[in-house]
Amino acid sequence: MNKRAVFKSWWLPILFALPQLLLIFFFFYWPATSVLTWAFSLEPAFGGAGDRLFVGWDNFRDVFADREYWQSVALSLVFAFTATALSMFIAFVLAICVDRQLKGSGIFRFFYIWPYAIAAPAVGLAFRFIFAPESGLIAIVNTWSPDLWNPAKFGSHAMILVIICFAWKWIGYNFIFMTAGLQSIPRSLIEASSMDGSGPVRRAIDLQIPLLAPTLFFLLVLNLTESFVGPDTYGIVDLTTEGGPNGATNVMVYRIVSEAFQGLNYSGAASQSLILIGLIMVFTFIQFRFVERRVHYK
Amino acid sequence: MIERTPILNMVTYFIMMFGLLLILGPFWMIFTASTQSLAQVNAVPFNLLPGTEFLHNLQAAWHRANLGPAMLNSLIMALLVMVGKIILASISAFAIVYFRSPLRHVFFWLVFMTLMLPLEVRVVPTYNIAADVFEPVRWLIQTLTGIELSLQWNLLNSYSGLVLPVIATATGTFLYRQFYMTLPDELTEAAKMDGARPLRFFIDILLPLSRTNMLALATIMFVYAWNQYLWPKLMTTEADYQTAMVAMTTLVPNINSLPEWNVSMAGALIIMLPPLIIVAALQRWFVRGLVSTEK
Repeated sequence: MNKRAVFKSWWLPILFALPQLLLIFFFFYWPATSVLTWAFSLEPAFGGAGDRLFVGWDNFRDVFADREYWQSVALSLVFAFTATALSMFIAFVLAICVDRQLKGSGIFRFFYIWPYAIAAPAVGLAFRFIFAPESGLIAIVNTWSPDLWNPAKFGSHAMILVIICFAWKWIGYNFIFMTAGLQSIPRSLIEASSMDGSGPVRRAIDLQIPLLAPTLFFLLVLNLTESFVGPDTYGIVDLTTEGGPNGATNVMVYRIVSEAFQGLNYSGAASQSLILIGLIMVFTFIQFRFVERRVHYK
Repeated sequence: MIERTPILNMVTYFIMMFGLLLILGPFWMIFTASTQSLAQVNAVPFNLLPGTEFLHNLQAAWHRANLGPAMLNSLIMALLVMVGKIILASISAFAIVYFRSPLRHVFFWLVFMTLMLPLEVRVVPTYNIAADVFEPVRWLIQTLTGIELSLQWNLLNSYSGLVLPVIATATGTFLYRQFYMTLPDELTEAAKMDGARPLRFFIDILLPLSRTNMLALATIMFVYAWNQYLWPKLMTTEADYQTAMVAMTTLVPNINSLPEWNVSMAGALIIMLPPLIIVAALQRWFVRGLVSTEK
């Protein structure tokens, strides 16, 4: 953790740390405290001058009393868990296959990373076309029977669409980490177990999955957090469904941003942000407390 | 290869081919759609073979979304973020690792905490501070001395506004800290024995050694900055500072317009190309960097 050999200077570390400190003060800590004060106060009426009105927990009460808010929480949970599970599962299967190092698997690995480079809004736009009800790849099902697939009309279809977008984009990232994790498993272990008569499938289940557990756990935390509050979720929803139809994909991040900038409800948005952060912390805590116990690092 | 498993190998190849279809399928769809005419692109079932309108669609997308200046803005933003992040990360990690000041733990945690609250969640107050950067300074001076200043600095619609809030996070600092921690103490001791001062050690020894890390961080940051969407969308109200990602949204067909998916896919193709080329070309380095940042 600590270096044995260090330098002595009092001004150099301060000078070197100062730019970063100033930046995070202006663009992180100051806005973050604004979120706090806004969540517990109200703007003076009619945009008038004067101090903000302290209202205690009132903003939170308003948020909790809103049925649409609870719908948005439920949607976020469904979105986060399904997208994470889907993305991690596909990436895992592909990583295990590539790790068998058959001839030509390098080419596959080269392409599997690509989705990482693509921006979430671009993914959203592309999949909006591919899964459009009247043109694109899937539209053909609607010629068999009208409205078999229509994300512009049915909430469940729209949700499936945004989940597919997110899962696809994150396959790249998950794949990178899983292959790196699998590569760090000593080759001798695999060989020893095959000498004992285990086949590739048995080795995957009994050796590679348990040894990959720390990586999988890390990716689980990261995927869930990202799908909950991440910029990708916002970008995808904004370009595919805009929270619709009828609020069916109005996940928490999207709701916060649109409430603040279209509804101009800063206090409501701020209290929702705080709840979201609290939720993330609880989430992370639960995962570390219960899931991580089953993870063996050594 | 440890043993012969012909059947399982077949299954593995099959799965890998399927995965390839899953990953490259959308890319192929984007490409073919961008080569077809308006009638072709809206045909059901969709024709998976490319058409002949590629250049025409590219041109249409380029002009309609005003992609020339937008791509330039994106490039400037991405390069500034990249360079800014590398400089900030390398020097602040140096301050954390190579000096034994009592404040360095406080500093480390201050930086670490920034990972907890993504920009999306604090976007409104960040917007406010970008519109009036010296608000905290004025507030501080007023509470301390009672003097009211009229200091103003508005970042909206400027490159600094695009770049600074995006740089103010911790990722790169951790990558650099991790890297400095892996260097042996003997290196520092040897340099000190030869009479190197900290600044000389940093410039002549640490920076050249960190070349691989720098490349990795550069790739990650370029992709990250190029793909920024919400922040540029909110803070650029003037077309002069619009980035490519924001310009792309003007190509989305809406209810009142023709479903010109061919043009919007051509636009998407242009915009996704720069980060894709960089990731594909620098894969080996950036994968190493990415994996060591987050773990």
